[in-house]
Amino acid sequence: MSIELQGVHKAFGPKQILRGLDLHVNEGETLSLVGFSGAGKSVTLKHIAGLLRPDRGIVRVDGKEVPKLPRDELYDLRRGMGYVFQFAALFDSMTIAENLSMGLLKKGGMTEAQIRDRVAESLDLVELAGFENRLPSELSGGQRKRAGLARAIAFRPKYLLYDEPTSGLDPVTTTVIDRLILKMKKELGVTSLVITHDMGSAYSISDRIAMLYEGRVIETGTPDEIRATKNPFVRGFIEGEPELIEAAEAAAAKS
Amino acid sequence: MHWTQPFAAIGAAVLGMFSGLGVFGRFCLETARATFDLRTWGPLLVIQMRRLGVDSLPIALFLAVFTGIVLALQASYTFTGAIPLYFVGTLVGKTMMLELGPVLAGLALSGRIGANIAAELGTMRVSEQIDALETMAYDPMAYLVVPRILAGILMFPIIVVFANTVGIIAGWITAINMLDMSTEQFVRGLRLFYVPFDITYSVIKSLSFGLVITLIGCYQGFNTMGGAEGVGAAATRAVVVAGMLILALDAFWAMVLL
Repeated sequence: MSIELQGVHKAFGPKQILRGLDLHVNEGETLSLVGFSGAGKSVTLKHIAGLLRPDRGIVRVDGKEVPKLPRDELYDLRRGMGYVFQFAALFDSMTIAENLSMGLLKKGGMTEAQIRDRVAESLDLVELAGFENRLPSELSGGQRKRAGLARAIAFRPKYLLYDEPTSGLDPVTTTVIDRLILKMKKELGVTSLVITHDMGSAYSISDRIAMLYEGRVIETGTPDEIRATKNPFVRGFIEGEPELIEAAEAAAAKS
Repeated sequence: MHWTQPFAAIGAAVLGMFSGLGVFGRFCLETARATFDLRTWGPLLVIQMRRLGVDSLPIALFLAVFTGIVLALQASYTFTGAIPLYFVGTLVGKTMMLELGPVLAGLALSGRIGANIAAELGTMRVSEQIDALETMAYDPMAYLVVPRILAGILMFPIIVVFANTVGIIAGWITAINMLDMSTEQFVRGLRLFYVPFDITYSVIKSLSFGLVITLIGCYQGFNTMGGAEGVGAAATRAVVVAGMLILALDAFWAMVLL
């Protein structure tokens, strides 16, 4: 039960995004994938959910090669996967309860009362109890992100994929979301891959952190290992020092 | 400028055109495949029939009323002194059923329905709502595209039949109130060259227009890129392309069926 990417390449037209990406997320762990904007972090996540197909390479979830799965099996796999979108991607015309129920209705096997209970329970987990009848437009940015998380966990998935769950949030809401991510791991035992460029969040929620640079993972380690890394690209990123990156790029170009 | 540049530009344009056709062909095949997923699109069909069909009826009838009035007055103006006045009924009936009923409703509704679908699906695309549907194991083609296209195909002929009827009634009221014609004269003209095929022809045309408007709207919405600007561009393309196809189909059906 893990997520595995090997030698994944992906280009959009002439723009090469992933250039041989290797990544492994072990069962039950939370791995944060960090990197610059446009580095291909969200593209990586979409490959895992089967929303994009790699040009080359292997994407495996639960031992199954995602791009090769027939539609029905892909949908079965997705039922075990929760995806938290960067801007929540809630359906505007539906209430929060309807947003959460949609996946459960599709999954089937639950009565209306069970669905209602599961919706209430999921909203309670993200501290949005009583928000069932609100529309997404009536929620703040942080509440919308939490509602998006509630929708992802309503399935009780084995995997949670978070696409920048704390971007654009104030520090307090960021801490609330970080605690929720830890709570999901503790209470639901999920395997999580978190896309972020917020190093504070990455240190507090991750078992391991991987840094994506120019379409490849250039360093993976525990938060302490990443803090102590000597890799100039990683150092430049975590310290927010563009000069370190430029010097490392110049050195790499010379060699 | 290097002498090969014009050739490169032509080559790129041709490749782009074929690539676009390929993407559109694939979209049509995916739509056809999704029609088998009745469980997903079935419950949504009636909602779309109301949204795309019933809610579009007022604008189609509004157009039909004024078209009927103008047809009766222009026919009378053209015929005076040369052709018996009861031919006003013939012209109003034939023109409404064969041409103006379906085509004017088609062009008006390509704006209302086509742009609406493209903007709605385009917004869902750029805000990742379509991706969200996929992650919840919904087939977006079955959930979003199939009910809209089927609603268009089913409702458009009904709208056009109503529009034809209202247009003819408007022409009749105009004739008896403004043209010194009796109801008998108008009905005599209306029935003179009427054949049941006129209605069949009108329905066949409107079926194809309903398909084109919804299919192009869905295709443009699904392939929206960028933010608000991309959504606006998709809505505009949906109206322009559907309008052009409606006129091309209009000529095609005239050549094939008349």
